[in-house]
Formats: sequence, structure tokens, C-alpha cells
Amino acid sequence: MVRAFMALIRRDTGLAVRVGGGGGMAVFFFLVVVTVVPLGIGPNLKLLGQIAPGMLWVALLLSALLTLDRLFQADFEDGSLDLLMMGGLPLELAVAAKALSHWLTTGLPLVIAAPLLALLLNLDAAAFPPLITAMLAGTPALSFLGAVGAALTVSVRRGGLLASLLVLPFYIPVLIFGVGAASAAGMVGGDPGTAAAHQSLLLLGAVTLASLVVGPVAGAAALRANLR
Amino acid sequence: MKAMSELTASQKFHAFANPARFMALSDKLLPPLGLLAAVCLAAGVYLSLFVSPPDYQQGETVRIMYVHVPSAWLAMFGYMVMAGASATGLIFRHPLSDVCAKAAAPAGAAFTFLALVTGALWGEPMWGTWWVWDARLTSMLILFFLYLGYMALWATIEEPARAGRAAAVLALVGSINVPIIHYSVEWWNTLHQPASVFRIGGPSIAGPMLAPLLVMATGFTLFFIVVLLVRMRAEILRRRVRVLRLARAEG
Repeated sequence: MVRAFMALIRRDTGLAVRVGGGGGMAVFFFLVVVTVVPLGIGPNLKLLGQIAPGMLWVALLLSALLTLDRLFQADFEDGSLDLLMMGGLPLELAVAAKALSHWLTTGLPLVIAAPLLALLLNLDAAAFPPLITAMLAGTPALSFLGAVGAALTVSVRRGGLLASLLVLPFYIPVLIFGVGAASAAGMVGGDPGTAAAHQSLLLLGAVTLASLVVGPVAGAAALRANLR
Repeated sequence: MKAMSELTASQKFHAFANPARFMALSDKLLPPLGLLAAVCLAAGVYLSLFVSPPDYQQGETVRIMYVHVPSAWLAMFGYMVMAGASATGLIFRHPLSDVCAKAAAPAGAAFTFLALVTGALWGEPMWGTWWVWDARLTSMLILFFLYLGYMALWATIEEPARAGRAAAVLALVGSINVPIIHYSVEWWNTLHQPASVFRIGGPSIAGPMLAPLLVMATGFTLFFIVVLLVRMRAEILRRRVRVLRLARAEG
């Protein structure tokens, strides 16, 4: 079973890297959103620095949302999803493997791009380590919770927007705690590394750990509901 | 068919799964329930507007509470009905469960919207702002989004059985939000006031205000049940029409 799990991860990451589009487009979208923000609110560097943690998280969320329909759509269309469901690997583990490879090919590139984009938004230098830690802790939750939305809309054609709408309420705790961990208790202009930021990071970790269970279980139930 | 009185409890559970029996039963229940709801609401409105005293701090604007608080209670109650029906549908495969969940959603969403709007109308004179991003208001807004997403999922998947199962999963995953809403005023520092009725130590609200509040809440609940039963009947008929249309199309 471990071999099947690793094989599925290797397959999905291989597909994502070779066929392309997923991670690269998400990072590009991340860049575009971060570019559009100063164009919208003006180039005041002090203001940008204050809102940088929040805006980076919002842009990260939206970029992750865009890539959700790639989780199951291609496999549903060519029948591999049916084979996965009938195969030896439990469906919950299959969904977990797919969510994990989504994180490896989309979440991690976004986290790597985040510090570079934070420079565009004049993020305070001391805030970089908390931001990266928070994003590393929070992006798995985005992939695993996103798997639920992708599974619910797998049989809907062009269901990408619906999946995003369904998943966004579940992303909100990740956003709130993620921004809190990246800046002191979510306060604009605050000092990162305080006790409140520490609390937010712990709660963010809790949300991610819960999503590691809820995501695959609910995603598998949704797939069974849609494909029976 | 045996008479209902001759069946065991588990057989009765499955007997009510028969849509025709549900239609007959709801047909009998609806007129008295509707009358009771109307009477309760009328009594509640009269008590709220004319009998209950004005607040010593807020004056007459406190009367918005008699609409705002029951709406908020019904918003959460509606989601619990939806989640309960979804769980029953997924676990016991009760045929009417997804009909019940689908019927409850728009009513619950409407009560959530009403709670948010009346809350804003009350917040303006009381707090000086129409909206604030504290934990209670944000979690109620998220509840509203969950309702809308649930209804969107039903609308997008065409086959009712498949839509019902997928929507059930969504409702269950989102049900974590209901305790978060209830405890949000305890766990976070919120502008919204803490619990005054459902709390350890009993209600802290004055008696002459608690009575109209409970009457209004009962009226709202009965109204919700009436709307739920009417919508369930409509959904059952809608499915019959769909089956007939499909049969005719197949020739």
C-alpha cells in the first residue's frame, strides 16, 4: 500500500511537472495579482508594507484556488479515476496522495515565490521568516481542503468556479490564522514574532493537521457520491 | 400495507421514507401548523412591539432584538437540520433525507441574511457602525456563504440522487462552523455581545424581554417547519415530474 501511495504521488507530480501549467501558472497568477495591488491602491511604500502580509496571503489563496480543478478533472475525463476507485489503494489515501502532489507542485512553488513578491510589496525585513513559516504551515491545508471542493464538482463541466466558491469558506480560517502568524495578531503594522503571532501559527498548524484528515475523507466521500 | 400502529420502530422509520406517506402526513399537518405559526408570530409581534419594555440604555431600538435574535437562532437551526438530514441520508440512506436538506437550505439562508441585515440595522444606532469584522459577524457571513455554496451545488449537478449525496458531504464538512459561531463571542474579543440566553447559569436577560423573545423564536421555528414541509412537498412533486418527463422522452 505504501508503494501504491508513493507511485501515485510520483505519477501525479510527474504529470504536473511535465504536462505543466499547474504550478507555473499559479506562480504567474500570484505575480500578476501582487503587481495589480499597488497599481490599485497607489505606490505608497509605507502603506504597502503594512498590508503586505494580508495581500500576499490573499493572492496565495486565489492562486491556489485556480489550480483546484486540475486535481481530479483530467483523471475523471479519461477514466483513470474509475480505476483508482476500483484499485487496491483506499480512495482516502488516493485523494491524500493527489492532494500531497498538488501541494508539492503548486503550494511549494507559491511559497518559494512569496518572498520575492514580498519585496514588491515592501514587506518589513523582520517579517520574512514568519511569513515563510506561516505559508509552509498553511499551504498544505489549501491543497487538502481544496481536494474536497475539487471532488464535489468533479462531474460538473467547467466546475472550476463552483469549486472555488465551495472551498473559500473553508479557506477563511487558514487566511485569518496565516495572516496572524505572519504579522502580530493580524494587526496592520505590528511586530512579528510576538506571542499572538505564535498562537496564530499554532492554530494554523492545527487547521492543517485537521485538513490532512478531513480533506481525504470528505474528498473520497464526494468522489464516491459523484461517480457511483 | 400494515397499519402504522402494527409496525416496529425501525419499520416506522422506513415507513415514513415512503414519499406518498409523507405527502399524506404533511397534507394533514400543514394547516394546523400554519395556523399555529401565524398565531405565534402575531402574538410575538404584539408582545415585542407593544408589551415589552424599552431598554434602559437603548430605548426603543432594542425591539430589533426580537427579530434579529430569533433569525440568528433559526439560521443555525436551519444548518443543523440540513447537516442532520445530510448525515441521515449518507448513513441510513433514508430517501427523504436529501429532499429535507435541499428544502431547508433556502429558508436557512434567508434567515441568515435576515440576521445579518437586522444586525446591521441594529449596529448602526447602537455601535455607530453598520458592520465590523469581529468573530461573530464574520462566522455568520461564512455561514451565509456555506448556504449559498450548498444551493449552488444542488443547482449545478443535474441528477437529484447524485446531487443529494455530494451536497450532503458539503453540508457535513461545513457543520464545523455552527459551534464556531456559537462560541465565537467566548473565544474571541468581539464587539458583538456575549451570550445572554443559552449560557451556563441561565438567561441573563430580563423576564419581560425574555418572554416575547421566546414567543417570537417559537413562531419563527414553526414558520420554518411549515416552509420546510411545503418545500419538501414541492421537491417530491418536482422529482415526479422529472421522472415522467424522462419516461416520455424515452418513448
